[in-house]
Amino acid sequence: MDNIITIENLIFEYTRGDESQPVRAIDNLNLEIERGSFTAIIGKNGSGKSTLAKNLNGLLLPTEGVIYVDGFDTRDDDSIWNVRQTAGMVFQNPDNQLVSAIVEDDVAFGPENLGIEPAEIRRRVDKALADVNMGQFKKKAPHLLSGGQKQRIAIAGVVAMKPKCIIFDEPTAMLDPKGRSEIMSIIDELHAEGITVILITHFMDEAVRADRVIIMHEGRILLDGAPQEVFEQEELIRSVNLDVPLMVEMGAKLRKAGIDVPKDIITEEKMVEFICQYE
Amino acid sequence: MIRDITIGQYFAGNSVIHRLDPRVKIIATLLFIIELFIVDNFIGFAIAAVCLGTVIAVSKVPFSFIVRGLKPIIIILLFTFTLNMFMIDGRILWQWGFLRITAEGLRTAVFMAVRLILLIIGSSMLTLCTRPLSLTDGIERLLSPFKRIGVPAHEIAMMMTIALRFIPTLLEETDKIMKAQQARGADFETGNLIQRAKSLIPILVPLFVSAFRIAQELAMAMEARCYRGGENRTRMNEMKLKRRDYVAFALQALFLAVIIIESRIF
Amino acid sequence: MSIRVENLVHIYDKGMPSEQLALDNISFTADDGQLVGIIGHTGSGKSTLLQHLNGLLKPESGSIVIGDTDITQPGISMVQIRKKIGLVFQYPEYQLFEETVAKDVAFGPGNLGLSREEIDERVREAIELVGLDYEEIKDRSPFELSGGQKRRVAIAGVVAMRPEVLILDEPTAGLDPKAHKDVLAMVEEVHRRTGNITILVSHNMADIARLCDKVVVIDSGRLVTAGTPYEVFSKKEELRAVGLELPPVTAFTETLRERGVDLEATILDTDTAAEQIAAYLKRKAK
Repeated sequence: MDNIITIENLIFEYTRGDESQPVRAIDNLNLEIERGSFTAIIGKNGSGKSTLAKNLNGLLLPTEGVIYVDGFDTRDDDSIWNVRQTAGMVFQNPDNQLVSAIVEDDVAFGPENLGIEPAEIRRRVDKALADVNMGQFKKKAPHLLSGGQKQRIAIAGVVAMKPKCIIFDEPTAMLDPKGRSEIMSIIDELHAEGITVILITHFMDEAVRADRVIIMHEGRILLDGAPQEVFEQEELIRSVNLDVPLMVEMGAKLRKAGIDVPKDIITEEKMVEFICQYE
Repeated sequence: MIRDITIGQYFAGNSVIHRLDPRVKIIATLLFIIELFIVDNFIGFAIAAVCLGTVIAVSKVPFSFIVRGLKPIIIILLFTFTLNMFMIDGRILWQWGFLRITAEGLRTAVFMAVRLILLIIGSSMLTLCTRPLSLTDGIERLLSPFKRIGVPAHEIAMMMTIALRFIPTLLEETDKIMKAQQARGADFETGNLIQRAKSLIPILVPLFVSAFRIAQELAMAMEARCYRGGENRTRMNEMKLKRRDYVAFALQALFLAVIIIESRIF
Repeated sequence: MSIRVENLVHIYDKGMPSEQLALDNISFTADDGQLVGIIGHTGSGKSTLLQHLNGLLKPESGSIVIGDTDITQPGISMVQIRKKIGLVFQYPEYQLFEETVAKDVAFGPGNLGLSREEIDERVREAIELVGLDYEEIKDRSPFELSGGQKRRVAIAGVVAMRPEVLILDEPTAGLDPKAHKDVLAMVEEVHRRTGNITILVSHNMADIARLCDKVVVIDSGRLVTAGTPYEVFSKKEELRAVGLELPPVTAFTETLRERGVDLEATILDTDTAAEQIAAYLKRKAK
């Protein structure tokens, strides 16, 4: 298997305020992410999922253990820029990650930092803005755009750096339903183009689109597998205060009522097919 | 009142003046200011006014819009005018008690007022015809030769860029916080000075907290996008001097020569 | 106690080139003890409407009668309006500013000019009403609390003013599933204990369908429709036209109905949906 990210025995601790005892946010985690895959990481606040995301991009460095991103060790000072270019990151708050007062200048920020030729930057910026359907807004000021549009600009800014992998840290948490579905379809498109996607979220309907779901709890991996395998564990998931997708809940209720719904039905389309073809 | 201040405002347009290289415009503005101080008679001012008028006409920025920018400085203007008029000794034109107006005083007062008005209009033309971001770019390029002696050219420009980006965001945030505190019964309009100052605390504390949060998140986002200061950084929009920029330079040089010669002759 | 909003009109930037009709003749009522949901996509005029209900904005024309007081009348003081209506903004934790939780919650009641004892009593009551332990939390700094706790403290700050109508603008925005559920349960609890009118703005149609007695739909500053959740969510096409979706479970059962599955129209909760689907499948299997 060709892995873009390999995490070996990752421990991450930090000290909070005046407490002497460090808090262990990630507790001995091992994980491999396959090149070109789409992985959703779910967990409630404080489960360590955001800390993990920031470790993948070298914004935080392991207390113990190693992370390799496309072969580069994140602790190695010489390769940190390779790590960050390989694994781009989109954050939760659309406002606080845009640098420039003009959309196209903001998208150019990353490539400019990489020292790319001006003509090539221009090409990449135009392409990236077209990819997120924001071409007609390139001369606009970000504060005049909606939350979903700002988040699309943030994605374009990462795409223009040509990363192999993009980590989305709760990109839809502050958006309305319209903005949320726009962002999710862009994520699907980027994945289809071959970019490895790691999506950190607490929306279950977003997680079912992934080809792998990881549930984190107290700094460890609680469940890991294909969505249908993971969501079979409905009770375990609920016990750590997380939701399950609506169709998983529906399936459980139907089974209780004596209908033998296969456990791997977790999307609406499959459920509709099952009900319509039931005999 | 705030919306009357045209100093620092940008007036969108596509005139030759707008399209000039920001570096040329910054230097030309600085030279214009120096020239205003070289001038020592009204003929010089007349020449400067005609040149400035030509620039305004070419820029297509409405004159009324520019004049509105003078409103906030009217008080300063009147103050210096009165001071000059009454304080300078010379041939007395009019006297009432200890107040007297002298011919020299009147001349100096008018002289200084004209100089101040030309100065304000001249420098506001720079910001009116230059996109704020081009302006910061221009400043960065102009300062970059001084990097060797420790002038943080890139950092200054970056700070200005970020300020331009976040001023609207922070204004919006302030508005939201004010409304939220008003909904909790806060009153910003009545009471004496101390009470009013105190009533700002519920706005200022959350505003600072927000500003720090923004700063922290932005710093992280910039780092994630490989920001590492000005070293080895390229720019999407290269600045290349075009023919119109050289022409503008030549005109400005001509103007400087005229002003110097004129001040020698008269 | 009831609310009657009649022919409310608001214009932004009147007389300027940017003049915009923000609220266009909005009328609706809310009766005593009701939990009313307001839905509409971002920019539909929802926040403008809320700010009118709280007296932060004055209408061009129209009236808002709370009980028997028209709060749009010139003689009405702000303190009178605040005593009647409490408004919790989106992300209210960003307005916290005091050194301790108790002091922050006391800010609102303090502005109403109440006595020290009265304020203390209300602070304690409000903190407990939002599901926090008063003794444990009162002296802590609001800035060191978790996201969900901060939000509760901020809501307590408005609840402590004992408004006769409590308005919450997306009280669960940005929270994780657990905190989302907890905050909603808390809103229900406050509503039940006070017995007052509560107005809830949310993008989450499942929450609206489950909690509200009445739903008001706003789009482009106009009232699209108002009624019980069943009435409103049965107007699928009208909602879609203004960019709103059905609650997920309703959308699912409606898809099934279109495919010929024999179910009741507009099912709003998962249990009923599961029951009816199971019954249908058993009939079909026979």
